[in-house]
Amino acid sequence: MKKNLWGLIPIGVALLVWELLIRLKAFPQALLPGPWDVFLTFIELLKSGELGVALLRSSIRVFLGLFLGACFGFFLGLLMGTKRSLETWFSPLLSILYPIPALGWLPLLILWLGIGEKLPIALIFICSFFPVLYNTLRGIKEVPQELIWASKVLGASNLRTLREVILPLALPNILTGLRLEAGMAWRTVLASEMIAIPSGIGAMMWKAESLMRVDVIIVSLAILGIACFFTERFFIWLEKRCLKWKSN
Amino acid sequence: MEIQLENVENPICKGINLRVKSGEMLVIAGRTGVGKTTLLNIIAGLTPYKGRILFNGKPIDHLPPEKRQVGYMFQNQLLFPHMSVWENVAFPLKAKGLKGEVLKRRVKEALELMGISELSDRYPSTLSGGEAQRVALARTIATMPKLLLLDEPFSKVDLGTAKRLRLHLKRIQRQMGITTLFVTHNLQEAFEMGDRIALMEEGRIQQIGTPEELLFSPANHSVSSYFGNPNIFCCSGQKGLPFGLAQADLGSFSLIVPWSGKRILKVAFFPWNVYLSQDPPPGPNVNRFKGKIKEVEKVGALIKAKVQIGEDFITVELEDSTLKQMDLREEKEVYVIIPLRWIKTFEAEDGV
Repeated sequence: MKKNLWGLIPIGVALLVWELLIRLKAFPQALLPGPWDVFLTFIELLKSGELGVALLRSSIRVFLGLFLGACFGFFLGLLMGTKRSLETWFSPLLSILYPIPALGWLPLLILWLGIGEKLPIALIFICSFFPVLYNTLRGIKEVPQELIWASKVLGASNLRTLREVILPLALPNILTGLRLEAGMAWRTVLASEMIAIPSGIGAMMWKAESLMRVDVIIVSLAILGIACFFTERFFIWLEKRCLKWKSN
Repeated sequence: MEIQLENVENPICKGINLRVKSGEMLVIAGRTGVGKTTLLNIIAGLTPYKGRILFNGKPIDHLPPEKRQVGYMFQNQLLFPHMSVWENVAFPLKAKGLKGEVLKRRVKEALELMGISELSDRYPSTLSGGEAQRVALARTIATMPKLLLLDEPFSKVDLGTAKRLRLHLKRIQRQMGITTLFVTHNLQEAFEMGDRIALMEEGRIQQIGTPEELLFSPANHSVSSYFGNPNIFCCSGQKGLPFGLAQADLGSFSLIVPWSGKRILKVAFFPWNVYLSQDPPPGPNVNRFKGKIKEVEKVGALIKAKVQIGEDFITVELEDSTLKQMDLREEKEVYVIIPLRWIKTFEAEDGV
């Protein structure tokens, strides 16, 4: 806790310096408003409900995309990890598709899905699907063969071995994949909202740019940063909870 | 349960024929890499093979590992790192369908049997080598298997702990009457544990027999070379004593030895079964002699010494660490103690 509080000091100092520079008129206020003005804009956006709605819309997209992508990725990873023939079949395809950045799919998805709610969800789906698939597969493959033998010799069926030995041991890899991609999901939703859909935090920023509302842009960026931070924290918490045995 | 292997073959094991009697502890001994572990994997169903394996006369070759119901303790313990000690021991019992109070009772019994009840909430990464070994053993015997396969179970623990665990295991194995195959490369362990010993080399069993049979009647050169240099003496005369004992005259000294009533031809004991003492040891004066150290040689963590008793020499092997305080040097006088239980005798077939 103490450590966390110490971490707040540099943020406070940065805000003070920023406010000081504005007071000294080092920058034109239209291009960089001071932190206090930004804070007032934040309150105003909160009161009008605009920020809340935008954040909710973006969050739903991130959550749905991540959830669906993780589920499908996990399921296919599980199949590939346990059936060698499937792994042989799909691995080359995975090697080609995995490195394509999620946003690279945007033009194609606009053409296929049109501009609408499905688009950002599909993008975030891709964003989490491949890493979760890859990490599930790797996690399963990294479980030592001897432990699987031990489980079988101790009388466990294939299903029990999968459920109680293989999956729990593959979990660290799967969760790490999810944690890394959660931040990426926020970045992707922002980009897709800026380009394709007129709602959510990204759209709010884009609109603010055309109205020269730098304060709104800064509020949006700060909210995005905080959302990324808390999503990652959530996954760290989940990792700690699920992997108690590792820290012991 | 009686186990039978008929012409069992795979790329490592060659034409293995073996019969293990019900309740017997058969030690499979041999140097590292001769196929001992592969043989256990074959019996457990983890490695493909040709030939037949029979449990109580019934072939089990078609059964997958989880259906063979053997207790297999791997060399690396292989505890599940994400499960507590309790969960590890409960795992095979749950796989058998046990739940609720019965499950709890059986786990408790297995933990108590190995004396590790206090470890039940700990995770494997926090256990010492000896503790982990006990947990692995508790997990293996929790389901009361009819056949126990132990692969170098004590190779990862210190010598003192290994000795205690060996005695403990032997007692449990006798109590439960489990047929056991015990793999080791350690000759001392083989002689301590085995009712019979099967010596393996290059994937083949060179000889199976009681420790005495292997020691006094080795089938070939590879068997005799495996034993190194035990102390073997010819018996020039004997005098029967009560309680299945006899006094055997061995040149410069006489030993009290176990005796079945037949004529004793030879007497042997291993260098590591002989104790040395600087002062006269307390207790009855049985198999104790005053001798003089003639040679001291350091071999790794061991000290090999040659002690002269009268005109004969005895080779003694001692742990370096336990004997730091003993100033062993040539021409020093010491007391030699040869424990009765480790003396092997070779008796004539034709009686007295």
